[in-house]
Amino acid sequence: MSAKLKEKLFDFAVLPDRDGHFGVYGGRFVAETLMTPLADLETAYNECKNDPEFQRELDADLAHYVGRPSPLYLAERLTELWGGAQVFLKREDLNHTGAHKINNTIGQALLAKRMGKTRIIAETGAGQHGVATATIAARLGLECVVYMGAEDIQRQAPNVYRMRLLGAEVVPVTSGSKTLKDALNEALRDWVTNVDDTFYIIGTVAGPHPYPLLVRDFQTIIGREARGQILDQFGKLPTALVACVGGGSNAIGLFHPFLADSDVRIVGVEAGGDGVETGKHSAPLSAGSPGVLHGNRTYLMEDSHGQIIETHSISAGLDYPGVGPEHAWLKDAGRVEYVSVTDQQALQAFHTLTRSEGIIPALESSHAMAYTEQLAKTLSPDQSIIVNLSGRGDKDINTVARIEGIEL
Amino acid sequence: MTRISDCFDRLAASKRTALISYITAGDPHPKHTLELMHALVEGGTDLIELGIPFSDPMADGPVIQAACERALQHDTSVEDVLNIVEQFRKDNNTTPVIFMGYQNPFEIYGVNAFAKAASTLVDGIITVDLPPEESADIAVAYRQHDIDTIYLLAPTTNGHRIQTIASLASGFLYYVSFKGITGANKLDVDSVAAKVSQIRDYSKLPVAVGFGIKDAVSAKSVASCADAVVVGSAIVSIIAEHADNINAAKDKIKALLSSIKLALDANEATQKIA
Repeated sequence: MSAKLKEKLFDFAVLPDRDGHFGVYGGRFVAETLMTPLADLETAYNECKNDPEFQRELDADLAHYVGRPSPLYLAERLTELWGGAQVFLKREDLNHTGAHKINNTIGQALLAKRMGKTRIIAETGAGQHGVATATIAARLGLECVVYMGAEDIQRQAPNVYRMRLLGAEVVPVTSGSKTLKDALNEALRDWVTNVDDTFYIIGTVAGPHPYPLLVRDFQTIIGREARGQILDQFGKLPTALVACVGGGSNAIGLFHPFLADSDVRIVGVEAGGDGVETGKHSAPLSAGSPGVLHGNRTYLMEDSHGQIIETHSISAGLDYPGVGPEHAWLKDAGRVEYVSVTDQQALQAFHTLTRSEGIIPALESSHAMAYTEQLAKTLSPDQSIIVNLSGRGDKDINTVARIEGIEL
Repeated sequence: MTRISDCFDRLAASKRTALISYITAGDPHPKHTLELMHALVEGGTDLIELGIPFSDPMADGPVIQAACERALQHDTSVEDVLNIVEQFRKDNNTTPVIFMGYQNPFEIYGVNAFAKAASTLVDGIITVDLPPEESADIAVAYRQHDIDTIYLLAPTTNGHRIQTIASLASGFLYYVSFKGITGANKLDVDSVAAKVSQIRDYSKLPVAVGFGIKDAVSAKSVASCADAVVVGSAIVSIIAEHADNINAAKDKIKALLSSIKLALDANEATQKIA
């Protein structure tokens, strides 16, 4: 590793800077009305971060409500099948509500309660973050409104019903492409209108500062646990980490505690859709360019006039034209490699894991599995890979069945 | 001197409140934007605010979102809008034109390249999602090309921020009259007057009030405290309704603006805060 990269590794630990920048990325690109509320949120978060009582409450909920720590599981049959590195799965799929999303919604909801907010809003794509938000709102007795693209509501009917069972109001968004990015626009419009009593729980490491910071902090429990677990079980650090990247919250959660471990290779896997070369994908880091959207500067899927273009992925959770600003910075700094796999490859990995280990992965996590197969085969049995199995696949069985021509 | 300061000086001399009219460029079709701009002036508009369409207009309500979508069906770009203003300037070299948009289309065009191309055509720019914290370099580029950077102030903006923003702003200050999005109906005249009075403690720049002003009554109600009122969604709604008959749209817009202008001028001198 070069001296220059080593120097940068120190920076990783201290970013973002005071104004929320990761190099040229991140920041706070919002309408003036939201600037003071964002500053208030930052102040409240900094107070909570240093408050043992807040941390105690958070830790207790993570242990007894979410079920942490999540296991680090050595997938022996998969390892044998691929004939290379030992493959360890970080089982975020075993969390309450079935994905990593709840690590963050619990943290932000406790923050909302501290700030005296009585109403929670959220955006959701596949519905996982919406369900995790509606769950914690029910748990804390807070009013909850979830914005969801009208297209996604069609595609993810079971999650819509779950949110309604939990007492949340699900508002269909019919503007623009009627998907996740439009749901985010609509949630921001709600927040700017109801900012006095409302807390906006953003589901990923994007949005204006301090969201990329605080979502990362709530998700790094994944990497902190995994680092201890691999040392216990394997006696040394892993050769590589692999996670899927949409907005990038499960990935940053796993990666961040390993950034200073310069010998650990880190790979983020984007959704390649029909293939990056076709233009029908959701891989801004692999094939996009920097710009400003949803409160931060980052890599985007955009046309030559700066308009945001429609994305495509088999996985609704990765179907987003932007990505967290810290990932943009880690890409430029060369610390994390970003690759993509296609819908087809992800689908194949979905089946491989299901059949070899009896674990049905989310289609999002299946992207990470697909790349892990390629990587594991190039490594040897004395090496290891940790894959973030960020969510379970029950929510996706309708999608998979439909693609394979099976009527449920 | 810019067209903006000339315009405000002229109106201040006769103690009148300026009328700022907003349309989204390219709505319903780029070929109509030039004639709509002239119609705004004929209706009594003092300054034109031209929206640059963006796929994700987070601070706008459904009316202006839909206008952006109509304009983008015809791929209306920053370059197209500059060309339209160039045409407009052939017949009108006095009415200030202010671009209002979101940062990404300007950033992809190139902020410096845009400032250079816009310098003799466009008088000011409002970038909705670009607070002062993110705009230091960008405001310098605009200033070098005689384009005023116009900042938004909101009900949530405290005294300290008003002071910071006032020190960076030129042209005028734009007060967003309520917490919400464009086109909403939440105007509270007393709270607007109180906040505008606080803004004047920190700045001698003219103060425009926008959001929620849709007719002569609402315009007149804020005119007593403001140097300018901004009318946007009410005009864009007319364009949406008559998208296939642009002459009808122009007539209706001129009628609306004339009634607002009449109310503003009737307000003249009598109640204005010194």
